[in-house]
Amino acid sequence: MIGITGGLFSGLFGVGGGAVMVPLLVLWRVFNEKLATGTSLLAIVIVAAWAVGGHAIFGSIDIVKGILIGIPAVGGVIAGTALQQRVSDRMLSGMFSVLLVVIAAIYVFE
Amino acid sequence: MDWLVVIPIGFLAGMVAGMFGVGGGVVFVPTLVFVLGLNQAEAEATSLLAIVPVAIVGSRRQFEYGNVRVRDGLWIGMLCVPGALGGAALANALPEKTLKVLFAGLLLYIAFRMARRASAAPADRDLNNS
Repeated sequence: MIGITGGLFSGLFGVGGGAVMVPLLVLWRVFNEKLATGTSLLAIVIVAAWAVGGHAIFGSIDIVKGILIGIPAVGGVIAGTALQQRVSDRMLSGMFSVLLVVIAAIYVFE
Repeated sequence: MDWLVVIPIGFLAGMVAGMFGVGGGVVFVPTLVFVLGLNQAEAEATSLLAIVPVAIVGSRRQFEYGNVRVRDGLWIGMLCVPGALGGAALANALPEKTLKVLFAGLLLYIAFRMARRASAAPADRDLNNS
């Protein structure tokens, strides 16, 4: 169930699906939050790969831009996982949520 | 010029992914749309491509920290596949504006989750981790 919902979100929205999987895993008491986060990331590898395949059929992938964003992002994820273990994420979560609301507004009104 | 902007944004998106256990897509997609001018479906597809290496590296590191149940992760991932293929088809079939509004909805949902996380007292968070 979690898999199907996560997969749907991944393919539909171009995100990893973790935002749906992690709360479900925690809510249904399958894992605690850290374990849910780490484990879902593994699931995301598989999901994203398949979702890319799905999109490839429609020809909507821009490989160059994917690489342009993906490579620095790998550097970022290394920094991010290191930070996660050391830094309280409360303030960051707060800032990030504000940022997301702003982006969402731009999306709707643009 | 746009390209120069994209690189630090990509880095930041990766950081978000590493810290919050998501694939980074919620940052990638708007960047691809607003900075590089892709349409929504293209941006999502391209973001998924970027997510694969990010998730590989991210899950490797999470594994080193002891946060991964490998078998479960693989299972959930496999079960995701039909949903992922269906989602990709749907994304390419829906009109641009509809997809954008749906995506905005996703962003608000994630924002809500993040805000809750930000306001959780330390004691509550320990309960979560038990």
